[in-house]
Amino acid sequence: MKSIIANINKAFENKVRLGTMSILMVNDSIDFNSLKELLGVTDGNLASHLKSLEKNEYITYEKTFEGRKPKTTYAATKLGKQAFKQHIAAIEKLLK
Amino acid sequence: MERDKYIDDLKDIKDLMNRSSKFISLSGWSGISIGIVALIAAFIAHLKIKNWYTLNSFDGIINGKAIDALKEDLLIIAAITLILSLGFGIIFTINKSKRINQKLWSKQSKTLLINLLIPLVIGGILCLLFIQKGNYGVVAPLTLLFYGLALINASSYTIGEIKSLGILNCILGLIGVYQIGIGIILWGIGFGVLHIIYGILMKIKHN
Repeated sequence: MKSIIANINKAFENKVRLGTMSILMVNDSIDFNSLKELLGVTDGNLASHLKSLEKNEYITYEKTFEGRKPKTTYAATKLGKQAFKQHIAAIEKLLK
Repeated sequence: MERDKYIDDLKDIKDLMNRSSKFISLSGWSGISIGIVALIAAFIAHLKIKNWYTLNSFDGIINGKAIDALKEDLLIIAAITLILSLGFGIIFTINKSKRINQKLWSKQSKTLLINLLIPLVIGGILCLLFIQKGNYGVVAPLTLLFYGLALINASSYTIGEIKSLGILNCILGLIGVYQIGIGIILWGIGFGVLHIIYGILMKIKHN
């Protein structure tokens, strides 16, 4: 039991962070606005959670320009995908 | 308490994975309405063809001139069917996308549409070429075949059931090419009956 709880990742306890990682597991990359729309959150809220995922090195971002508008796209890192899979596995074990 | 939260989390994960990578706003009503339109069209076409044969064949010899009139009738039926089907499909899709809060014109729906259209347009051109060359018998089965291929091609970008619907339509199409003459009946099964069955299944499963 103890080992299962150890695998539950605090970084994914929050809905926005969990949702972001879910989306990035099945999409190579996604831009800030699409992410915001899918999750139904505000700019500030999303930005702060993305920053914390970046800090954990679970996601990376890339800034590009679409015409004159700056666009930020996010992608999950290898580490992030691994951590997310472990987290899901831990949840599934816990629910058994 | 803890347990409920994690069950909820898993549900969110699945929902977001689907919503972000697939266009899932296909409504069961689209399938049902398109199926009914197709059945009516197949029935009218069948009557037209039957009437035409009784009027224009004498001891098995067919009056070749009269075929242009039949061709015109069938093309009109086909065009009306296509317009009505597209109309119903679009209306119910808009409705559902509003209801489940998925954007109608998005990366997901564009990918789905492109993957549907490539086999459909190629198949459509092929059918027109066969009509032009006077090879009418293969047209109905070929529409089934290419529609089936389009569904299989697009199935990764929407709800999974679409793939088996595509495979069934392909099988019906192949049978139709092998057994020319029952094309209209197979067409009624593929576009009519199967659409209605799948529409009902989708309503039950994904409502």
